[in-house]
Amino acid sequence: MNNLLWLIPALPLAGFFLLALAGKRMPLIWVAIIGAGSVSLSAIVMFIIGINFLLLPPTSGHYALTLWTWMDVAGFTPKITLYLDALSLVFVFVITFIGALIHIYSIAFMATDKDYSRFFACMNLFVFSMLLLVLADNLLLLYLGWEGVGLCSYLLIGFWYENPNNGYAARKAFIITRIGDTAMAIGLFVIFYQFGTLLIPEILAKAPALWQSGASIATITALLLLAGGLGKSAQMPLQTWLPDAMAGPSPVSALIHAATMVTAGVYLIARMHVIFQLSPMAQLIVAIIGAATLFIAGFSALTQYDIKRVLAYSTISQIGYMFLALGLGAWTAAIFHFMIHAFFKALLFLAAGAVIEALDHEHNMFKMGGLKNKLPVVFWTFLIGAASLAALPLISAGFYSKDQILWYAWAGQNGTPLLWFIAILGAFITAAYTARMVILTFFGEAKTAVGHIPDKLMTIPLIILAFFSLCAGFIELPHNFGKLTLFSDFLHQVLPETILKSAASGELLFQLLASLATFAGIYTAYILWRKEPERIQKFKQSDFMMRLYSFWHDGWGFDKLYNTLFVRPIIFIANINKNDVIDRIYQGITFVTVGIYKSLSLMQSGSLRWYIMGLVIGAIIILGLQIML
Amino acid sequence: MILVWLIGLLMGGGLLALLVGKWNKTLPRWISLYTLVIGFIALISFWFDNYNTVNIQPSNSWLVDFQQEWIPSFGISFHLAIDGLSLVLLTLAFFLGILAVLCSWKEITERVGFYHFNLLWILAGISGVFMAMDLFLFYFFWEVMLIPMYFLIGIWGSKNREYAAYKFFIFTQASGLLMFLAILGLYFVHGKTSGNYTFNYFELLGTTISPQLAFWLMMGFMIAFVVKLPLIPFHSWLPDAHSEAPTAGSLILAGLLLKTGAYGILRFVLPLFPEASIELAPWAMFLGVIGIIYGAILAYAQTDLKRLIAYTSVSHMGFVVLGIFAFNALAFQGVVMQLVAHAISTGALFIIAGMLKERLHTREIDQMGGLWLQMPKMGAIATLLAMASLGLPGLGNFVAEFLILLGAFKASAWFTVLATIGLIFSAIYSLRILQKVFLGPTERTESIKDFSKRELAIMTVLTISIIWLGLFPQLIIDTAKPMINKLEQLFPAGNDNNKQPIKPITIENDDK
Repeated sequence: MNNLLWLIPALPLAGFFLLALAGKRMPLIWVAIIGAGSVSLSAIVMFIIGINFLLLPPTSGHYALTLWTWMDVAGFTPKITLYLDALSLVFVFVITFIGALIHIYSIAFMATDKDYSRFFACMNLFVFSMLLLVLADNLLLLYLGWEGVGLCSYLLIGFWYENPNNGYAARKAFIITRIGDTAMAIGLFVIFYQFGTLLIPEILAKAPALWQSGASIATITALLLLAGGLGKSAQMPLQTWLPDAMAGPSPVSALIHAATMVTAGVYLIARMHVIFQLSPMAQLIVAIIGAATLFIAGFSALTQYDIKRVLAYSTISQIGYMFLALGLGAWTAAIFHFMIHAFFKALLFLAAGAVIEALDHEHNMFKMGGLKNKLPVVFWTFLIGAASLAALPLISAGFYSKDQILWYAWAGQNGTPLLWFIAILGAFITAAYTARMVILTFFGEAKTAVGHIPDKLMTIPLIILAFFSLCAGFIELPHNFGKLTLFSDFLHQVLPETILKSAASGELLFQLLASLATFAGIYTAYILWRKEPERIQKFKQSDFMMRLYSFWHDGWGFDKLYNTLFVRPIIFIANINKNDVIDRIYQGITFVTVGIYKSLSLMQSGSLRWYIMGLVIGAIIILGLQIML
Repeated sequence: MILVWLIGLLMGGGLLALLVGKWNKTLPRWISLYTLVIGFIALISFWFDNYNTVNIQPSNSWLVDFQQEWIPSFGISFHLAIDGLSLVLLTLAFFLGILAVLCSWKEITERVGFYHFNLLWILAGISGVFMAMDLFLFYFFWEVMLIPMYFLIGIWGSKNREYAAYKFFIFTQASGLLMFLAILGLYFVHGKTSGNYTFNYFELLGTTISPQLAFWLMMGFMIAFVVKLPLIPFHSWLPDAHSEAPTAGSLILAGLLLKTGAYGILRFVLPLFPEASIELAPWAMFLGVIGIIYGAILAYAQTDLKRLIAYTSVSHMGFVVLGIFAFNALAFQGVVMQLVAHAISTGALFIIAGMLKERLHTREIDQMGGLWLQMPKMGAIATLLAMASLGLPGLGNFVAEFLILLGAFKASAWFTVLATIGLIFSAIYSLRILQKVFLGPTERTESIKDFSKRELAIMTVLTISIIWLGLFPQLIIDTAKPMINKLEQLFPAGNDNNKQPIKPITIENDDK
């Protein structure tokens, strides 16, 4: 199986090259076949390799395939090696499988776009880079994928480039993530000088022997890597780019900004978990950032009126849960939530895209409404996705993944009541904004006429994703009922088990509390936006509530803060120094030289009287000097 | 002998082009093109022949050596020799030379013969600089590349060309004279101590000089080289020269002339004055880092496309200085890669700027925008080049900058952190170029043509090169390796723990 591994990333790469070089001249159908076909084939290869991996687990726990040595400089020898173990298999599964569904959906969704081939070329390049990111065996190759997905994200956010706002959003996304990437690059330098290699398995093996638990070097390294994760995964304080990134087409939001790229930070931390384990402080910081992010993003989601921005804030918030889990040391729970989230959030974005297209590019939920009967497939699939997002007990996959995290926030070794409280409050808000979104979009009276019904190519991926959003949770059931741990058992090959506090008990109680939070959230939304909308009107009369509303709506003022602190000063400095102050020095020299030349040339006036005067004065000075000395 | 032959080829080709140019406008182009292609093929085949030698015998870094008496009474000889580093840069010179001829095919219509004469003589000077192992001869070639460049800017440049040409000339000439003084100083010091008055590089290498004198002699060389590079605060000739020069002029300036500065430091400053260089290192690294950030911020503010790219060069050359003065093999290799990768990526950006100017008759990016609509091919390639410029992994510049930073991190962690922050700024200016030129709305109604076949060929070659460098840099690394091994042996402090597994930094324990 080893020698098929290269096909997984190579197929999308080949698709990219074909489309980039000849896509313009191809008939659209060929573009679609190459674009979606390459990723689908890649998914098939993944299934073949994955099934093989499950049935005949390799003794070493991984497949590895070295393609070539990237460079060999003075003991620094990163190779282009693909490395597939349980953790990367989960990610490869999500990337290729959901990626293929999203590509198929895009065939119909983008059908009328004039840049059809450019779209698929970028999407294929993205899938390739993302696969490289998770298949890399060393941090430098991972960094290649890491920056590659950033590039594709930039290209696809700004896909409709004629609108300068899209370009702005694209640049914002790239630059903010680059800030994190830069910290991560510094982290790579530190790691290289500590371990003498960037090879991930070697680092993980050496770290416990090299560093004592709590060593400050471990904390520094972990925090530098974390900073990279914060940028890519849109966590505080680098979260501000993701809501604006919704400027891209909906399939892009589904693939890049929900299912895969934004979870790269989760992957990185899980992959380098040994380093984080060695630094309790860094882990605590991860948990706190996760909790804070899930909390503030939840409130922001509650106040958006653009359906995609609700989903964007919701993504930030859900990744916050994953970070919380990572910080708690609940590694497998984080990855489980990643996978489930990828299903339902991709579904929600694709369904939202179908709604937006059906309503002729209307993004505002307050102008939607009443779509329940007009777009039944979209409605039902969206509802399933929403149920999973809100963690509807027992029937939705989201319940199983989120419940685990809530439980570990209380009972895990690093869990604290405060983290648990924030997490469950977040669950309440999640349910509330999700229900609000469903109510505003699908219930009530219709405010915009439906333009056209989505194509089969769009609805079939929705149905498949809906199936997984419901059922994928059943592979990992809580300890007190079912106690099925297929997923975590599989991942325990790579990731350590979560340690519970010795006194932890009452899991059922906490499950009931979590369910209660969900129902309470849904009920609140039902009251406020469906049953008694006059209450909202009352809120609107209060000045304080309105301010709070706009504060949440604008993402807690982070953009404003960054603009005043960083963006404007840098632009100001750049602009006043446009002509380069250093050049002024040289211009000064020129000016003085020219001045001297001009004044000296005045003396050469051709007037004999002046010359004689000069001679006499000169003679007097010389004589005077001689006498004085 | 191949070395003499190469320089003779360039000079002869130049003279021929000048003569033929009297009667015919097209023929000089073909003559230069053939001259350069022949030279390029010769170099490539030489490289192939010697690639194994490079790998098998890393102890002897010199590949070919040619020596002939010139003015024996003063100890001056016509001494040419090349090692891996020179070979890489020479090949680069011929490669970019070919592209320079191709991209001025349509642009230059006046005094075509004299133009190509200058072009080839600049290249001859540059090649000589990369080969000369006699300091007097080196200085001679240093001047040979300067004067034709002055004409190139002054005659075929755009509106403000005379100012730019003077500025270029005075900066390089003044600093070159300092170097000449330092060469003479070294000549006499060596002559006095050993009784053997010679300009021969190999003999001068072991000269014992008092530390103070060594420092000042080194500064003479250093200033000439950092002005060329250019290092802040000696950079201010560059934006003017670049923005006024014709496209091929910018290409050669960015791609080759700047590189002679870095080459000079690697070839002369470090080996001749190792102790003094160590003394200078913190300051040089400091200025390099400042250059990275200062150049990037200036680039961001520019509205003239060529000026903007010129400032990005200042920023990228900051990495070169940072890497050189880190004194370890990782950083040195990064520097060599940076010389090649920057030559290609920035050269390509200048070519794009030239093509835009031919089409739009402006360099102001405020008057561009939305050009992707009509020129998707150019847009796509410009995107790739912008990505190279911001250091996207998979492209040559990333390998270079990563190695430099990795090496520099050992020498000075804090400078490296600052330099790495420069990568954020490079993203800011690179994306601004794309946005202002190719994206956004367009107000142009006239039709603008995308790449012609000739242009597409030029850009394809450059694009492939930059990707190749990013994914398979080993050819360059191996070729430069023997020279770099020698260089790093001069600085044992910089790389003592390079050979063995790296020892951990002392662990502080928070628990205690």
